[in-house]
Amino acid sequence: MVPKGVLVDITKCVGCGSCTVACKLWNNLKYDGTPADGKDAALGAESWTAVKWVEAPKDGETVWRFVKNQCLHCHQPACASACFSKAIKKTADGPVVYDEKLCVGCRYCMLACPFNIPKYEWDKSFPRVRKCQMCAGRIAKGETPACVGVCPAGALTFGEYNELAGLAAERIQKGGYINHIYGEKEAGGASWLYISDVPFKDLGFRTDVTTRPLPEYSESILKLTPAVGLGWGAVLTGIYVYNRRRNEIAREEGEKNKK
Amino acid sequence: MKNRWSFKITPVRVVLMGLGALGLALMAYRLAFGLGSSTNLSDQWPWGMWIGFDVLTGVALAGGGYSTCLLVQVLGIKKFTPIARSAMLTSLIGYLLVMGGLFMDIGRWFNFWRPFVSWGYHSVLFEVFWCVSLYTTIQLLEFGEIATEKVMKPWHGLVKKVLPVLFIIGIVLPTLHQSSLGSLYVIEVGKLYPLWWSMLLPVFFLMSSFFVGPAMVTVESALAGRAHGHRPDYSVLQSLIKVSGYLMLVYLGLKIYDLYSRGVMDLVFRGNLEGNMFLLEMAAGVIIPLIICFTPGWRSTRAGVLSFSVLVVAGVIINRMNVVFTGMSGYMGGSYFPSWIEWGVSLGLLAIGVLGYLFVVENFNILPHGNKAEESINAPSGERGYRLSPSGKAY
Repeated sequence: MVPKGVLVDITKCVGCGSCTVACKLWNNLKYDGTPADGKDAALGAESWTAVKWVEAPKDGETVWRFVKNQCLHCHQPACASACFSKAIKKTADGPVVYDEKLCVGCRYCMLACPFNIPKYEWDKSFPRVRKCQMCAGRIAKGETPACVGVCPAGALTFGEYNELAGLAAERIQKGGYINHIYGEKEAGGASWLYISDVPFKDLGFRTDVTTRPLPEYSESILKLTPAVGLGWGAVLTGIYVYNRRRNEIAREEGEKNKK
Repeated sequence: MKNRWSFKITPVRVVLMGLGALGLALMAYRLAFGLGSSTNLSDQWPWGMWIGFDVLTGVALAGGGYSTCLLVQVLGIKKFTPIARSAMLTSLIGYLLVMGGLFMDIGRWFNFWRPFVSWGYHSVLFEVFWCVSLYTTIQLLEFGEIATEKVMKPWHGLVKKVLPVLFIIGIVLPTLHQSSLGSLYVIEVGKLYPLWWSMLLPVFFLMSSFFVGPAMVTVESALAGRAHGHRPDYSVLQSLIKVSGYLMLVYLGLKIYDLYSRGVMDLVFRGNLEGNMFLLEMAAGVIIPLIICFTPGWRSTRAGVLSFSVLVVAGVIINRMNVVFTGMSGYMGGSYFPSWIEWGVSLGLLAIGVLGYLFVVENFNILPHGNKAEESINAPSGERGYRLSPSGKAY
């Protein structure tokens, strides 16, 4: 399948929070008191998407902007590379999905994520990692993610990833946007892209994210493992055998001398 | 009188047993009711004391096992032989505690075996998991040499035959996972404060786990010596810590080069929490010990050897804490302090470890007594067991 993605146009979002409601309904998430829409909106184990109301400076005055947050579904996800039991995977369609059957619960994915997305069911005896699954089941059937389907403002566009990147560039070119597609280069690129008319830094986005895919950092070290292991093992064996032989010879000579 | 087992009950040991029992009860509670009700961990701070102290620091401090093994068994430096067994035992117990701590920390503990079959080989944690599990097994087998002197004696010959293989695998595995524990934090690029984040993290973790080995062996020999009324041989320990000293010189040089080449040298003297903690770690844990080590009149004294060792151990603890907590706090925000259950479990595990160590030392031939250590392998078992000092003093 052609990888899918979503383009979030921050200039169009009105902050209604419909997407957060659709997300809870489709994914069967509880209302646990964490606001999913508003100034204090935050992601949580039961809130896979949240719309945060942000006051940002623009042209000398303060404006309201509404920032939908959820997993960005990186092309090369740090969380999936950090998972040592393959409980998190990037699918061919685009979504980064979690399989609780394989999860050991080490929470390294939470530490690895450059966007602080995965959350944990701390109050459960056998907690799961919780995050947006991009409605992978719906996408597989050719439908849009639940949040995209209900957006009344046209802020969310679902489609083939390559076309979305083009669409984002087209809108920026027409004017009224800053020249930055967030998610195009961050962490090596993600299936969710953002465009905005105010700098992303002022909206609370993390703008110091490396553009090199995070898994490459660990892999550049991990790939040395076999060579280091075998080489070091060979060196140690060599030294060991040499020392033993030397001791044997010393002992034999000692015996000869005694005779 | 063969195969006597002894375990002297002293007030200190009763306290340790109490702590151990409390720890076990708290562990059962945690396993039944989950992490949220027993720890202060949160979405902001997914890793806390159990990973930071019990696992990351625990593995580093257990590094005395493989470093001593390398020096004694492979490089064949005979003068370190007297400490080989106790270093190995501490390491084994350390790793068993690490496994315990790790098991407490994983949320879905019934799934602990998954990585053995579902290979997430792209994860650093995968390498750590495999290496630590295998190395603990190797150490248990290595301990077989000591154990079969007393129990299951027919196996002794076989264990002795495979020992060389165990020694070599038992050095390669820790080399891999000690460094991998550092690599774990390489993916925290941009999150971990630049004083600690570096592509050289695995090298730093490996080197520090190696040079803390002799320091740990010294601290432990001093403590064990006190508990068993046996006097550690400071001339051996003195040359052992010189090995640490040379490696620490390289470590210090590499640290300075690393900071300089990444252009973050100025962060050291900013006077903020991170800068000051880094300075503390380097000054107390590396620079002052180096001065002690290379001032001839100081290293040759008992006080010098002990202060060196205590400082190096403290320095490595501070380093690991800085990576896990200080260096991450700027990005993570919020605050974390371990709950009393987290403390209780950690202390309980430690108490169980100490009791285990005391039991093994009392019942197997671990500590050198006089010149018996060398020949004891061939002596009848009745003479090999641990003997109390002339004063009969035991804590």
